[in-house]
Amino acid sequence: MSKDRFSANNEIASPVIEVSNFDFYYGSVKSLNSVNMKIKPKTTTAFIGPSGCGKSTLLRNFNRMNDLIEGTKNEGDILLHGESIYRKDLNVTELRSKVGMVFQKSNPFPMTIFENIAYAPLKKGIKKRSSDLTDLVEESLRGAALWDEVKDKLHKSALGLSGGQQQRLCIARVLAMKPEIILMDEPCSALDPISTMKIENLIAEIEKDYTIVIVTHNMQQAARVSSYTAFMYVGELIEYNSTTDLFSNPVMKQTEDYITGRFG
Amino acid sequence: MKLEKTYTYLLAFSMLCIILMVLGIFTIVAMNGLPYFWLKNVAKVEMTDGKVYYGEIAGVNPKAENGSETKLKVGNRKIYGQDFLRIKDSEIKSVSYPKEIIMLERDEWGNAYGIISDIGGKEFDNIHSSVMEDKKEIMSLEKGRLLSINEEISKLNHRITKKSETGLEEKLEKLKTESAVIETDLNSKREQALIKTFSLVLADGQIDELKYYDIVKKYQPNDVSLAGKIWISVKGFFEFIFADPRESNTEGGIFPAIFGTVILVILMSIFVFPLGVIAAVFLSEYAKEGFLVKLIRNTIYNLAGVPSIVYGVFGLGFFVYAMGGSIDRIFFSDYLPSPTFGTGGIIWGALTLAVLTLPVVIVASLEGLKSVPHMYREGSYSLGSTKWEVIKDVVIPNAMPGMLTGLILAISRAAGEVAPLMMTGVVKSAVALPFDSSFPFIHLDRKFMHLGFHIYDVGFQSPNIEAARGVVFNTTLILLIIVFALNLTAILIRNRIRNKLSRSGV
Ligand SMILES: Nc1ncnc2c1ncn2[C@@H]1O[C@H](COP(=O)(O)OP(=O)(O)OP(=O)(O)O)[C@@H](O)[C@H]1O
Ligand SMILES: [Mg+2]
Repeated sequence: MSKDRFSANNEIASPVIEVSNFDFYYGSVKSLNSVNMKIKPKTTTAFIGPSGCGKSTLLRNFNRMNDLIEGTKNEGDILLHGESIYRKDLNVTELRSKVGMVFQKSNPFPMTIFENIAYAPLKKGIKKRSSDLTDLVEESLRGAALWDEVKDKLHKSALGLSGGQQQRLCIARVLAMKPEIILMDEPCSALDPISTMKIENLIAEIEKDYTIVIVTHNMQQAARVSSYTAFMYVGELIEYNSTTDLFSNPVMKQTEDYITGRFG
Repeated sequence: MKLEKTYTYLLAFSMLCIILMVLGIFTIVAMNGLPYFWLKNVAKVEMTDGKVYYGEIAGVNPKAENGSETKLKVGNRKIYGQDFLRIKDSEIKSVSYPKEIIMLERDEWGNAYGIISDIGGKEFDNIHSSVMEDKKEIMSLEKGRLLSINEEISKLNHRITKKSETGLEEKLEKLKTESAVIETDLNSKREQALIKTFSLVLADGQIDELKYYDIVKKYQPNDVSLAGKIWISVKGFFEFIFADPRESNTEGGIFPAIFGTVILVILMSIFVFPLGVIAAVFLSEYAKEGFLVKLIRNTIYNLAGVPSIVYGVFGLGFFVYAMGGSIDRIFFSDYLPSPTFGTGGIIWGALTLAVLTLPVVIVASLEGLKSVPHMYREGSYSLGSTKWEVIKDVVIPNAMPGMLTGLILAISRAAGEVAPLMMTGVVKSAVALPFDSSFPFIHLDRKFMHLGFHIYDVGFQSPNIEAARGVVFNTTLILLIIVFALNLTAILIRNRIRNKLSRSGV
């Protein structure tokens, strides 16, 4: 088989997300150029690439967080289960509760741990003092491997947790929303190695139930957690392949240079 | 390094200056006011020409035109025409402090000094306290049932004559009889109380026939121990806070003014806070940045510099005449032409102050909204919140400390404003408080008293400057304390919220 730099796109038969000829502009500055990619369901996909190449921009389009920035514009399309997320009748808040997001800097709200987890479910109509809610909170915290550490202080401020715990709380908060897809934008870049390891283990654990897309600058991390890896460079998707192939046998020169540490 | 040290010292120095200034203001006001609560001894001054005076020594002027002079507060204004007397020190033969001299605080005509000889002290006190009981009853009848009956009668009269309603005569008659019964009862009670008199022997031997009814309190200053005097001063201070004013505000307490000020500021806060927050949220979260929004924002910033009397005129024209007038025409047309809401009242004063302080609250709230970390908004949006949910759940709660700072500034400003109130309902003397036990309990249309205006009124409009000085300074002291207390409350609330939002709240 001849080497294809987008072989992932050929392998993935029924993608959950499909990006087609996607361009994105901040004002008049084009920051994504004709991106085509498919994301495989219940799998972890990693985005790598030098700073400013557009990883976050692409990721933040999957749940339309870029809508919040004024003067942005896009061409092409992104499909979720074959339907455009840019179609007129789409409910953006529904999209965002299907496509959850974890940010680089953990951002728990200045509320209690319980209230943070209950934030999204309460909006979906679950009753405030119901056992359903307490069960859901416990389940989400267990899912994020945080339960044992916080079960005695659920009603204390979330801001009292350590950085790593806060990030796992943010993951638990997303899990409580029962999303299909979880987007993570450099979720470990502000954390110590042990917290990072915990989150990586967590990703491995929840991968069977969720589609995860993770942006990372740490190539070892990408290699450890993901099945597919996309390499981006100056707004373009350069190479998209299974993680093992991309790291052991890169097709493009830029990819090779980047993963061997020659630039970026 | 050395420069840094200099800056630190400078900083410390300016801090110290500010603290000293605040303390200085308090001290000066307190030093000028508090001594008025002290019960002074009453001197018996004998002159070389045989004249005798009883009075408090109010000051000595060694450099007067004709040699050293002493200022004596002799009281008995009704007889001597004035409270104070200047006597030449060279003509004084002797000064003594006989225990039996009595000082009487009265409802009218200031203090009286003299000696009571026709009745014993115990007996006097018994009669006096029984008369005071009666007086209290008379007052409460006058202010209470009789007042409301008369109000009802005038309403009924109005309906009968102006609107030719029928079938009301019987009710009117019943009320009139009730009123008459109360009135006769009152009159006989009053007569009985007024009849009781005693005689006071003045310094020059004149005898003044006085009514128990007019006496507020009797002291024997030269016969009171130090502890007793301290107790009397403390009691005097609290009476000043909790009693009604007497003698066109120069005597008695300032309770209605304190009450009016506090209620006014609270009402103002209730109006201005939600309004300011809504305006700020609209301006910063919803309005599209453009020429119009910029214009509005700058107008708001500039409004903070408009003289307060301008707001008073606005309040008079808009709230009192336009709004109050309309309310009267629609809901209270029965009583026109006498206005209900179409005249100054505490609600209009509070609304005027709310407009005056609105810019402060808006500006502070805008700052508060701006300071909410972007990541909280993003977090909320990413969890499927609508714009309104983001604002309600994370933006406003996190901007709350900033917004409350605005309210604190507004309270400080409002508590000290007098000018706009003079056009919107403050009065020198308000018979009834805006809250009381008569239906509907809250009377926002009523005129009110205010500490700031009280200072102005007593200080500048009083016929009896000497007597008023104490009231001026002590009212100022109370005003300062109240402004501090109101501020402190708001600051404590803000800090609680701020702690909850920060790490320390764990
Ligand atoms: N809000 C914005 N407004 C204007 N330009 C932006 C904005 N956010 C990003 N950009 C630009 O878009 C390009 C892509 O940015 P993006 O944040 O997607 O990069 P990235 O790959 O995530 O980088 P990093 O690894 O540093 O996070 C950059 O050139 C950046 O300057
Ligand atoms: Mg990024």
